[in-house]
Amino acid sequence: MNVLVFAEHQHKKFSKITLVAVRAGQLLAEKTGGTCSAAVLGTDVEGLAKQLAEYGVKTVYAVEHVALEHYVADAHAQALANLATDKGCDVVLATASAVGKDLLPRVAVRLKAGIACEITGIHDDGSFERPMYAGNAIATISVETPVKVVTVRATAFDAAAKGTAGAVEKVAATIDANALRMKFVSFNETKSDRPVLTEARIVVSGGRGLKNGENFTIVLEPLVDAMGAAMGASRAAVDAGFVPNDLQVGQTGKVVAPELYVAVGISGAIQHLAGMKDSKVIVAINKDAEAPIFQVADYGLVADLFKAVPEMKDAVEKMKQH
Amino acid sequence: MKILVAVKRVPDPNATIKVRPDGSGIVTDNVKYVVNPFCEIAIEEALRIKEKQGGAEVVLVSVGSKVAQEQLRTGLAMGADRAILVVSDTEVEPAIVARVLTKLIDTEKPELVLMGKQSIDDDSNVVGQMVAEMLGWAQATCASEVKLAADTQSAVVTREVDGGLEDLEIQLPAVVTVDLRLNEPRYASLPGIMKARKKELKEIPLAEVGIDTTATVKIHKLEPPQKRQAGKKVGSVQELVDLLHSEAKVI
Repeated sequence: MNVLVFAEHQHKKFSKITLVAVRAGQLLAEKTGGTCSAAVLGTDVEGLAKQLAEYGVKTVYAVEHVALEHYVADAHAQALANLATDKGCDVVLATASAVGKDLLPRVAVRLKAGIACEITGIHDDGSFERPMYAGNAIATISVETPVKVVTVRATAFDAAAKGTAGAVEKVAATIDANALRMKFVSFNETKSDRPVLTEARIVVSGGRGLKNGENFTIVLEPLVDAMGAAMGASRAAVDAGFVPNDLQVGQTGKVVAPELYVAVGISGAIQHLAGMKDSKVIVAINKDAEAPIFQVADYGLVADLFKAVPEMKDAVEKMKQH
Repeated sequence: MKILVAVKRVPDPNATIKVRPDGSGIVTDNVKYVVNPFCEIAIEEALRIKEKQGGAEVVLVSVGSKVAQEQLRTGLAMGADRAILVVSDTEVEPAIVARVLTKLIDTEKPELVLMGKQSIDDDSNVVGQMVAEMLGWAQATCASEVKLAADTQSAVVTREVDGGLEDLEIQLPAVVTVDLRLNEPRYASLPGIMKARKKELKEIPLAEVGIDTTATVKIHKLEPPQKRQAGKKVGSVQELVDLLHSEAKVI
């Protein structure tokens, strides 16, 4: 099958999650005997397309149109679906990011395609693996339509490596501007010097045990920074208004799989575990020895977090000096 | 103004889900069912818009087995005006739910369709977007604030996206899918529950909706995930940091 990867970009760059989609697209193309191409949508994206072409894709389409200046679902769905049809692609694939999840269902409708959502594996026969029920069941599914649409979980595949450079082809997008009903207004970006949550090597997350938002700042953040980590939170902490939703790790938030995940004051509800249990090493700090988080933790510390977290910050800093 | 809200019956999100030994599905015995939490937020938002506008009609729609009546009654008890249940004895995949909703929207002609960003069983997060595309409408997914224009011809929706919040302007009619922080859903009051019993709940068999019900995705089997083993308990912070350094080698 010939695969077309939708290459998400921000600030004129591709992040790791885009390269993960490229890798998944290459895997699917290899297993089903086809090629893997990619599409970069926007205005003035030829340079970006050239960057991506270094990652072993056959052709990168630089798809340009004034309506693609900002990401909006309706314009992008038209452009991407039309490109897939024009180029005879069998599969359209993207990362299951906020943008990928927003866009690909519309593309599926336009292509009369079935969609496999947030897949975590590709079988040799072209069927997929995907988690359901907060990761309590892993389903084997197949898409039964001639054209297929797929979103992939960013933590489930490696990033594409540089390889044989592919071609870059500039394409003027086909968009019926009269059909557009959505307009980008503004993006209020969370400013942070910390690593991106979904790409960080270490994630330190706080839960309801921190009691309020201020404690995230004065108790948790010093540890986060001492470890050079990204900060996350449980849904309970987000629900209680301690921190913004884009820090949420879990079934309905972000899925992370860092080398080290430190859960502080998090009980370990099913929906939180769904977002972090594929981390390589899990540490839990909780005063309740019965908290379910300890059942998935490699190292558990039963302690009062308000004492343990500052101590841990000091111990980490001391170790780094040596 | 008419607002249509999609509602799904799902297993209690706090229940532990187990896969049947034959892999054909999940164990449903003794599992409590509830309104999908995101659908509750969608119902609440519809009711708040109705209260603010002074006279909107809120219509609930569900696709599922006959017992999904319970979840629709819950929504009616919260304050929705009437409900439609499209009855199917077998699981209906998201793409077919989207077709059903599109068909009902064609007849009901709401100005606004609200639904949860995802159901917590299937975890697909696709139905709202599919409906919007099938109708050629605007969509705003993962909404944390919905500001309707005074003339109700458009809205500015704040969306929870990766790395921050996005404001998006959409022309109505439109589909808005809701995220966690949009509102805190109300509980049904006792008078609300009494009133809900008398509200209209119309049932339509799936076969009579008049859509193509051919599956686009086939689920072959379900398996339980690989279990993670619990590790060790450590006695002190220093021991923890030492182990992370020397044993786990992650710091």
